Amino acid sequence: MDWSFLAFIVFSTIAILGSLMVILQKTPVSSAFSLVLVFFSFSGLYALLGAHFIAALQILVYTGAIMVLFVFVIMLLGQDEPTSDLKESSLLFKGVATLGAFGFLTILLQAVLSAKEINGKGIYTDEKIAEMGGNLKAIAEVLFRDYIFHFELISFLILAAVVATVALAKRKNFNEEENA
Amino acid sequence: MNDPWLMLIVSCTVFVIGLLGVVFRKNLLIVLMSVELMLNAVNLSFATFARLHHSLEGQLSVLFVMTVAAAESAVGLGLVIALFRTLKTADSDQIQMLRD
Repeated sequence: MDWSFLAFIVFSTIAILGSLMVILQKTPVSSAFSLVLVFFSFSGLYALLGAHFIAALQILVYTGAIMVLFVFVIMLLGQDEPTSDLKESSLLFKGVATLGAFGFLTILLQAVLSAKEINGKGIYTDEKIAEMGGNLKAIAEVLFRDYIFHFELISFLILAAVVATVALAKRKNFNEEENA
Repeated sequence: MNDPWLMLIVSCTVFVIGLLGVVFRKNLLIVLMSVELMLNAVNLSFATFARLHHSLEGQLSVLFVMTVAAAESAVGLGLVIALFRTLKTADSDQIQMLRD
């Protein structure tokens, strides 16, 4: 057994158990910290896949930015008392939903098994990426050569999100100014 | 990692767990976290297929999905705050202004 397979087992176990904890924890704060665990182990899985840039980005964007946002909002709302909303739904609903989810998982896994036969025909093999100077340089070349328009579009999406968030969060203050 | 397709099993499992979280939980913050779980699962399968096909487009898709996820969580949390201001709760069952 080689080390990368052992690391895969560890990271995937943490990821699956952590995501179970996210949906089973009673307080939003403990869910948020389980989610941090999941994000870290996903970063490890990306590194195992050779996607080093994505692994770094996962830590920066998800653990660094999105989770801080979540924890701030939990703090702001004071929503850390335990909820029992898992128990409130009826047993029939829970059973049907769980069965449906397991059926969906079976179908997904059937589809995944066909991925075993995929024989990559792309040009970016490990040797080619190493020759180009690493994962980051290879990604940068493809991104800024073939996908530059999409890159610019995504910056407009960020701008729209910022404007929308400010409009949502400031709504009350705007009304007060109008009334004054 | 000699068998990257094993990652797809993790990805599918985490996706279904996130789906169950969206269906079961009523706290809007935890629902948003489950959506993040599902987006992450899809990202992992993008990266795995990029590796399987020896292509980099999958990793670029991860980049774009990550940006969309960041925008989505920012707007989603803004909505939760706006909702909390009017209803004083983050419970999705309490949103029934149209019914009354």
